[in-house]
Parts: sequence; structure tokens; C-alpha cells
Amino acid sequence: MDRTEPSADGGARRGLAHWRGSRLTLAPAFVWWAVFLVTPIVLILVSSFFRRGPFGGVVYELTLANFVRAFDPLYLGVLWYSVQIAFITTVICFLIGFPAAYFIATRPNPRVRAALLVLVVLPFLTNFLIRTYAWIVLLNREGVVNQSLRGMGLIDAPLSLLYNDFAVVMGLVYGYLPLMILPLYAALERLHPEIREAALDLGARPLRILRTVTLPLVLPGIVAGCVFVFVPSLGNFPVPQLLGGGRRIMVGNLINQQFLEGRDWPFGSALALMLMSVLMILLVVQSRVLRHSREIQLDA
Amino acid sequence: MRRVSMVRSLAVISTVALVVAACGGGSGAAAQETGPVTLQVMNFANYMPDDIAERFKAATGHTIELTLTSSNEDAIAKLDGSPAGTYDIAFITNPFAEGLNKAGKLEALDHAKIPNLSNLYPEATQIATDPGNKFSVPYSWGTTGICYRSDLVKETEIDSWKDLLEPSAELSGKITMMDEARWLMIPALKVLGYSANSTDAAQLEEAAGLLIKAKKTLLGYDAETFYTKLDSGEAVAVHGWDGWCNYATDPNVKWALPSEGSDLFVDAMVIPKGSPRLDAAHAFINFILQPENGQWVAENILYKVPNKAAMDALDPALLVKYPNMAISPADLLKQESLRDLGEGQTRFTDAATKVKAAP
Repeated sequence: MDRTEPSADGGARRGLAHWRGSRLTLAPAFVWWAVFLVTPIVLILVSSFFRRGPFGGVVYELTLANFVRAFDPLYLGVLWYSVQIAFITTVICFLIGFPAAYFIATRPNPRVRAALLVLVVLPFLTNFLIRTYAWIVLLNREGVVNQSLRGMGLIDAPLSLLYNDFAVVMGLVYGYLPLMILPLYAALERLHPEIREAALDLGARPLRILRTVTLPLVLPGIVAGCVFVFVPSLGNFPVPQLLGGGRRIMVGNLINQQFLEGRDWPFGSALALMLMSVLMILLVVQSRVLRHSREIQLDA
Repeated sequence: MRRVSMVRSLAVISTVALVVAACGGGSGAAAQETGPVTLQVMNFANYMPDDIAERFKAATGHTIELTLTSSNEDAIAKLDGSPAGTYDIAFITNPFAEGLNKAGKLEALDHAKIPNLSNLYPEATQIATDPGNKFSVPYSWGTTGICYRSDLVKETEIDSWKDLLEPSAELSGKITMMDEARWLMIPALKVLGYSANSTDAAQLEEAAGLLIKAKKTLLGYDAETFYTKLDSGEAVAVHGWDGWCNYATDPNVKWALPSEGSDLFVDAMVIPKGSPRLDAAHAFINFILQPENGQWVAENILYKVPNKAAMDALDPALLVKYPNMAISPADLLKQESLRDLGEGQTRFTDAATKVKAAP
């Protein structure tokens, strides 16, 4: 891998970066970002300070009522439940994703690695909703899993696998596992096997190598993977609806419900801002961890 | 410097977006297009005969361009989000039509241009949200009730919302209820003897309490695929739309209208304010009221239609096979029409959220 070596044309590239015109290359991304990310957020921010009209819509009358209402225990409870579900999802994704990424990254044959990665990404080729519906077919009381288990004589009565927290966490883990594996793989693959071999030569046992060498070095990948899984899990709304049977709502459902059924855009906006600030805190934590670990690596 | 200019350009973009959004609601009589026009129709998917555009063109010379909506909320968002005059016809459920009209977003209908109104049942002109069809013309109508598997529910006689709220042992854990706020609250409000349109905090609180208790014996909430759960036997009794109960393929699936009463919903045609093709829009409504179109809805969607001429033309076997198709207009009108809740909607949504968020 030449990635770690200083590139021969490094100087020339730096020169290009100083060329003013190169900023133009950012223009398409900037326009995209401004129109489809910043504008909606500004609209949400603005409407969260106004009032719902009697027939929905926004009445332009300044108020903080939406934020006061967002801190009602009812809504905080929904947020807390969502955080719990997203946290459990992230932990499970890590426990499954780390060994998987480790296995893929340590295959000596690059073709095998590429093939395994394709398998990880393959589910993304199908729509998320359709894949989620497929779980209903698998898990329902008369579904494939229950029928096979009964056929094998392992259970007498069908298991309740759907319409509970288990089903929600399972659906989220299934949906977002690739987002954990990919950054972990990227971090692990960059790790030179020589470092681990050196630790082995110095007498460290495998578990100790994992704990004191591998994990600290791939920490940025771990944090990235956890954020990539936690963030969409927290805001997900089809999974609790379909696999959870709507028995509990997550904050995504709550916002969805305010915008659509309640036609309360201002309050929905306030809730969306609350969710965004939770996520923002996470991103700040992530960047802190990254900076910290980069400092460690530079020291070493 | 760069940052400032970036912020400034963002401010410009957002302002433009806000201005565009604000101008969307402009009103005033629109200049009318004459001759053959392209009529902008908004409807739910598969809710009209496929050949409607061809036949309408043959009859009137006007072309139809169809915009599909996934829900009433989606329809409202599309109407609110586009400039006046974008749409000429919208299909929407009656409490939403009532809300739009109160907000001044619908055109008054000119009955002289809709002679086929005479095909409707007299009851179709007495719907609480729009008596006299001043701004909406009913397209289909129905109610929600209990859809159940008569072969799996043997001991319980299904005739009350209580069968869902306080189920017997054979039903427990095999019940689904509807999750859209307006329908979620109906069983509890009706059992307590309150209006389905209640916005009284104490009444809503009491109803929410009943529904939270009922969650323990619930399989889940489902307003869209409940009939598949009946077919698979996962659920044995569900709260659902009358028409959708007919979609279950198991012959043992039966229908019951709870004794405490239920709701009446009417999917109606309206003309959004500012339509520049008013004559063609009226012609379209008149065309839809021809019996064969209502008949198509009844035979294919399995919904009742308020079109007497269409219902009279149905094969009586259809009404025997799907008994809820035979509910008479008079009985339908005895159910409570859902109304726009105005400011009370917030309290109503809160009560439903309380139910949905409860463990």
C-alpha cells in the first residue's frame, strides 16, 4: 500500500490546491449542500419558533411554546426510549461487526476481501422497506422461522418474535450492520500486520494484543461505525412501525406523526431540532475522540 | 471573510425559499383557460378506472394529468406546497376537506354545472362536514368496525368495541387496532359514550387510559395490512376499514359494526382555490358521477359509493359476499362523521401520542 508513503507528486498537488480555480470543483457539492441540507434546516429552525394554525400550517407569531412542550415528560420519555434502543442496536452491531470486519481485513487475498465486502454491501441494493417487510414474513407466528422450528420439533407453540422491542432492535441491527462493518474494515485494513506481529514477538497474548494494540489503533473506525449506526437508528421510524407493530414509538415516529397526522409543523420542527442537537453532541464527542487518538498516534 | 459570504448566500437562498413558500398561498380569482385544457387531478393510487382519462377526453376533449397521493396528509402538503392554480381537482377525506374549506383553500361548487349530482343518495347531501355539498362531492364512503375470523373466534360474540378493549381469553394477544390518531381513539371514545371528535382534555385522558390498558392484550397497531394478519391467523379480531376487511381472502373473515357506533368517512372531490380551469373541473366531477364510475369503485375497491345509480347497478351477489357493502346509506349516516378538530387537534394528537408511547 502506498497510502502511508509520501507521494512523489505531493509538491505539485499542493500547488494545485493553491490554485484559486480549484475551489470551483467544490461548487456542485456546495450548491447541493446549501439547497438540500442547509435550507431545510433553516426552515425547520424558523418554523419551530412559530405557532400551528387552526387548520395546520404555520402562523407567524413568535413563541417558545414548542420548545417548552418538547420537554414534557411524555416526549422526553419517547426520546429516552429511542436512545436506549439505538444504544443497544449500536452495541450489538459492534459485537457482530468487529469480528466480521477483522476477519475480512485479515484475509491475505485482496480478491477474497473484495468479494466479502460486496456481500456486506449487497443488501443495500434492495429498498430498506422491502427488506423490512421480508422480516415480517420470516418472523410472524405462522412465519418461516416459527414453522421451521416447529417442524424440527424444537418448540410446541409459536414464539412471539414480532411486535416487540426485540424485533425493533433486530430490524435496526440488520439494517445498519454494514454501516458498522465498513468503517471498521477501513481502519483494520490500514493496520499493518507487522504491528501485531511485533506485539506477538514481544510475548503479548492475542487478547492483550487486541486490547492494547489493535483496539486503540482502530478507535477512530470504531467511533465512526458507532456514530453511523446510532444516528440513523435513533431517527428511524419504519422499523418500530412495521416490526414493532407500532406498540412503542420512537422519536422518528413522533416527528413523523406531528408533521403528518397532527399537521403541527412548528412542534414537529422543535422535536426535530431536539433530535438534531442530541446528534450534534455525539458528533462533537466523535471529533474529540478522533483528535485525541490522532495525538496518541503522533506521540507513538 | 469566506464564512461571512457563505452565511450571506445561505440567507439569500433561505429567504428565496421562504418567499416562494409564502407566495404559494396567494388567492384571488384566476384567469380562466378556455378550450380543451389539461386538468390537474390529484388522487390516491388505483382509485379510479384506468381508462378514465381516455373516456373523459372522448366525452369532453379535456386531457387529465394525474398526481398520486399516498395519504390525506400528503395531499394537504402537496396543496399547501404548490402555488394556487396548480391543481384543479383533489380527492380527499371529508374532515380534511372541511379543514381546507375553513382555511379558505377550496372553490365553491356550481351545482348547475354538475347535473349528475342527482345520481347521489339524498343522504350524500347531508354529511356533517359539508351539508348541501357546497365545496365537496362524495366519491366513496364507509366506516370502520371490527373485522374478525369467525372460525377462530368461537365463544365471543363480536358486537362491541369492548371486545377489542377488554378481550376474552381467545382474543387476547390477537387483536390489532388502527394507529392513525383519529381512528386510534375511536373505540375508547365510543365505549365511554363520547364523540369521536372530542377535544375535551378530560374525555381524551380517560379514553387514552382505556387504550393504554388495552395495549397489554394487543398484537400491534396496523391500519394498512390488518387483513393479511387475519388471513395468516396472527390476528383474530381487528379494528379496520370496512372496505379493506373485504380484502381478506379467508372465507371465515366476518365484519361487525360495534353497537356503540363508529365513524363515517367520506372520500370526496374538491376544487382547490385558484383553479384556472373551473369549467373543466366541474365537468370532471360531473363525469365521475356517472354510474359506471361509481360501479367500478364498488366492484374493484369494494368500497360503498354514495352514488345510488351505481349501487343499484351492482350484482346483488357482491352485497351477499361482502355484507358491509350492503350497509344502507341511512345506517351509514347514523355513524359519526369525523370533523376537522381545528385548534383541538393538538390535544387530540397528544392523547394519541400518550397511548403510543406507553410501555
